[in-house]
Amino acid sequence: MQFFFEVLIGGLLSGVMYSLVALGFVLIYKASGVFNFAQGSMVFFAALTFVGLVEHGLDFWLALPATLLVMVVLGIVIERVVLRPLINQPQITLFMATIGLSFLIEGLAQIVWGSGVHGLELGIQDEPIQWISDNTGINVSKFDLMAAGVAAVLVSTLAVFFNRTRIGRALRAVADDHQAALAVGIPLQQIWSIVWAVAGGVALVAGLLWGARNGVQFALTFVALKALPVLILGGFDSIPGAIVGGLIIGASEKLAEVFLGPYVGGGIEGWFPYVLALLFLLVRPEGLFGEKIIRRI
Amino acid sequence: MLYREAGQFKTSYEADAAIFPIRQDRIAIAVILAVAFVAVPLLATPYLFSAILIPFLILSLAALGLNILTGYAGQLSLGSAAFMAVGAFASYNFVLRVPGIPLLVAFAGGGLSAAAVGIVFGLPSLRIRGFYLAVATLAAQFFILWCLSKIGWFSNYNPSGVITAQPIVILDYTFDTPPAKYLLVLSIVAVMALAAKNMVRGNVGRQWMAIRDMDVAAEVIGIRPMRAKLLAFAVSSFYCGVAGALFAYAYLGTVEPEAYNLDLSFRILFMIIIGGVGTVLGSFLGSAFITLLPILLSTTITFLDTSLHFSIPSSVASNLELMIFGGLIIFFLIVEPHGLARLWQIAKEKLRLWPFPH
Repeated sequence: MQFFFEVLIGGLLSGVMYSLVALGFVLIYKASGVFNFAQGSMVFFAALTFVGLVEHGLDFWLALPATLLVMVVLGIVIERVVLRPLINQPQITLFMATIGLSFLIEGLAQIVWGSGVHGLELGIQDEPIQWISDNTGINVSKFDLMAAGVAAVLVSTLAVFFNRTRIGRALRAVADDHQAALAVGIPLQQIWSIVWAVAGGVALVAGLLWGARNGVQFALTFVALKALPVLILGGFDSIPGAIVGGLIIGASEKLAEVFLGPYVGGGIEGWFPYVLALLFLLVRPEGLFGEKIIRRI
Repeated sequence: MLYREAGQFKTSYEADAAIFPIRQDRIAIAVILAVAFVAVPLLATPYLFSAILIPFLILSLAALGLNILTGYAGQLSLGSAAFMAVGAFASYNFVLRVPGIPLLVAFAGGGLSAAAVGIVFGLPSLRIRGFYLAVATLAAQFFILWCLSKIGWFSNYNPSGVITAQPIVILDYTFDTPPAKYLLVLSIVAVMALAAKNMVRGNVGRQWMAIRDMDVAAEVIGIRPMRAKLLAFAVSSFYCGVAGALFAYAYLGTVEPEAYNLDLSFRILFMIIIGGVGTVLGSFLGSAFITLLPILLSTTITFLDTSLHFSIPSSVASNLELMIFGGLIIFFLIVEPHGLARLWQIAKEKLRLWPFPH
């Protein structure tokens, strides 16, 4: 039973990491209806830029805003160069454009910073917390707990940003209806730049945590593939959905790998979240918290 | 002047609904086929066959399969490579386990197995739409490849996971030289492309297009969405399955799950987007583009290196290729979102009026 809880908690905490990546997808999908496949590459790009700056002797607290600035500029450039000419195109065209974009970003990142594996030290060890393991016998990683804390801070900041500020209200209006938002005078393109910039910021946070956990390397781009089942489980356009979906996927994935994996030969982590999300979709086609799809002729 | 259908009167409904209603189109197709079947085998080099022509034709077939599903029936799929893998492994097992089975029957069997798997993974499409479905098809991609590499029976308990494909022998003739393989692939692709062209102009194709354009409305006018969608999944997977079998037998020479990864799925999707969604011609144009582009890029970089002494480190070169590839895709989407086939459409309109501008 103790082992079960340990796996469960480990899974939930790694689910938080998935949520962080999924959050970037949700932000962009909500505001522009673009399914941004390049989010994984943005995570990679952000982490690599940060590590590159630190390795070139920049202070940690100086590199952070510098990388954030790079991500913001990247977001604005993407909006200007890629999205603006593609306004009013079908969603699949935009989706394909973001796949092209992911190649572009991956290539750029590796040309600028090289394709080696970089270590990233955030100053927090990936070790069990002594106090909890002494009292309950369950190992909870300090690092995972901090990642969960960061995610909580990030989500509450975003919630405040979306609900309490002028830009946040404009974002929600754009998400609701592009044309109506334009009609009441919300500058659509400006809003999209902001959303891509914010998504870049989220990618930075996700990139730092994932990079510290697994090393900053090309495999970081595959994190996006892990985030997709989280997205369809939680709904493409729901921030709480991304969090809850991440928790469910993380926990069930680890439980399945540990308790089911040995019977079928292991390695089921790769597809189990997808099948789980798929089965779930059969019951609720719009995800847990997604907007209900109403279809009319 | 040359391309004008004036004076070609149709006197029956059959003539009006023909696959190629315009005489010039029929002549053009006949010429292209003649060149492909006679002139190319005489002129091409072995490198051209095995590095460009064979993969181009095979991937065209796969793109055609995906185009039936995505372009005509409107169901976005990211798992086409997995269905190719099913076709390849099923063909391998048919040849291995059924003694004396003709290879073409084994290929067809591979296609049918892929179709059966396609129907299973198409079932969610009855409930899920759009990107939710696209992500759901990723389940097929990961799950099928996992099955093929984990369950030993499929690979005949081969420890390395990379199996050598059996030689291609049809009617006691061994297709082992590049031109022979090319002719075999070309014949299969030509027949199947014609079949696809025939299918999409008829009842089935129109049902698919109605479902794509608005499934609720299609249902209201009496099209059974379940039948139409599952048929689209089955036909599409059949095409992908045959393409996968050819990919293994005529191109790679090995049967291995790793060849059919997500990257290949994306490449096939690129082909139909760049070639033109919902056109048979587009599948071929897109496949030509995506097959030629990397070769062109690497040749350019080697050329820069050798003749202009403008050397680029190999790590930078591969990343530069990646960037140019991504950039060109975005560029094409912006310039011509309806794909290369649309350019041909425009050219056709212009040709009809030529030499007058309007």
